[in-house]
Amino acid sequence: MELTTLQLIPGKRIVEHYGLVTGSTIRAKHVGRDIMAGVKNIFGGELRGYTELLKESREEATQRMIAEATQMGANAILNLRYATSAVAPGAAELFAYGTAVRVE
Amino acid sequence: MANLDLIVFLSLLLLGYLVGSLLEWRHYRSIQQREAALIHQATIPSEALPVGKYQPIGLATGSVVISVDYFKRFLAGLRNIVGGRITAYETLIDRARREAVLRMKESTPQADMFLNVRIETAAVGSQHLSKRGVACLEVVAYGTAVISQA
Repeated sequence: MELTTLQLIPGKRIVEHYGLVTGSTIRAKHVGRDIMAGVKNIFGGELRGYTELLKESREEATQRMIAEATQMGANAILNLRYATSAVAPGAAELFAYGTAVRVE
Repeated sequence: MANLDLIVFLSLLLLGYLVGSLLEWRHYRSIQQREAALIHQATIPSEALPVGKYQPIGLATGSVVISVDYFKRFLAGLRNIVGGRITAYETLIDRARREAVLRMKESTPQADMFLNVRIETAAVGSQHLSKRGVACLEVVAYGTAVISQA
């Protein structure tokens, strides 16, 4: 599966268009990570635990999107976008979407 | 009891100011060094494709979650009363964005260019000046890594 933020893949022709595919996941924070984050909140700086957590979640949202695209018979996702939103206190939604296509 | 609260508050403020400033200074130094080292990898936020031959090698992402220190949060709280620019938060977001772009570049060292780079910012966790909530924001930078074929 080829993922790209471009509207086309240079040098390849799109033979089939399947439309929008999406993948999302909602993650809550881990208690242990939250305690460390509380300490960090005094000093400021990067919250590595959260960075990892959101990275994993984004990976999962991407995998779900890829699964949807694969089911349709696509082999590439164009114009990929990511979005993050806080849906509830302590929980974040990671969302990935793009256009599923088949290229030569 | 009121005295103790005040002492705790003031020491947190001082600690936040000192450690926060030190961390910020160190982070900026690291950002500047890495940006200089990775200057050959161009990041192009345009949707239009540049002229030339190149081969896409995949999606590159970089993300960072950053939190503001106690002192800055206090300053921002004061600012909220009178309104205006919150310089303390501006440097925070600037650091987070530059760090995210650097991580994207570092994730794909062999790339010559990153096309259609997007930078997304989102507040995660609560943004209130309460004791419990963790005010932090996530920045993610992503783009298509390509290799030039001259």
